[in-house]
Amino acid sequence: MDSVGNIILYFIIAIAIIVFSVLTVTTKKILRAATYLLFVLLATAVIYFQMDFQFLGAVQIAVYAGGIAVLFVFAIMLTHKPGKAAQPITSHKRALGLTASIAGVVVCAYALFSYGNKCLQTLAPAGDGDYDMATLGHALLDSNTVGYLLPFEAISVLLLACIIAGVVIARRR
Amino acid sequence: MELPLFMYLILSLVMFGCGVYGFITRKNMIAILISIELMLNSVDINFAVFNRYLFPGSIDGMFFALFAIAIAAAETAVALAIVINVYRIAKKVDINQITKLKF
Repeated sequence: MDSVGNIILYFIIAIAIIVFSVLTVTTKKILRAATYLLFVLLATAVIYFQMDFQFLGAVQIAVYAGGIAVLFVFAIMLTHKPGKAAQPITSHKRALGLTASIAGVVVCAYALFSYGNKCLQTLAPAGDGDYDMATLGHALLDSNTVGYLLPFEAISVLLLACIIAGVVIARRR
Repeated sequence: MELPLFMYLILSLVMFGCGVYGFITRKNMIAILISIELMLNSVDINFAVFNRYLFPGSIDGMFFALFAIAIAAAETAVALAIVINVYRIAKKVDINQITKLKF
């Protein structure tokens, strides 16, 4: 995992994430904000692939970049008029926002660097078959203490409730 | 040279700060939802990175990130349905113009 290509890939991804995150929250047009959000989500999927979480990266691309980004574009198209008449989407509370975010980032960075050498830990190579699909599937449908059957079923019920709620809310009366 | 843990944490920290900034300064409801997505995404990165670096061989953090992604998708779908419905009734999506529920 300590190859030069990995480090170069990390820096490309880091620059992409930082630039596109800032652009997402500072751009004046909302469709551009959604597009930059899509780039951030794709870069996050690359981080997951770098961590050897192939399944999580695939879920990130399928659900976030494929589902949520499209959903945002649909909602924007339904509620905004394109073109020059588009309203700017930023309000005047810029000083408050800058203060809150910078204060939070500084406090968290201070806590991170004062925590000690735990955060200098480097990546251990993944064991053989640690993160392959068979392991994940067994853990997902295992009802022992290390399994995730109960959250899996709870999320299934949550998704069902979400479908019903979406239909009920968006129904034309 | 290897990549230590805190470089990924810094990345997600910057992303979370951007999300907070957007959440406070935006006045469009869909833009606020986009900022919330940024924050949720940075938390998912933290889960995965902590799992991979500090507890290699276990998959608990990965499953937390997985379930967080599923819940975020459900939350976004319902929230966008609400936004579209509000727009259909009031023809507005700016939070400083929708004041009917204000005391």
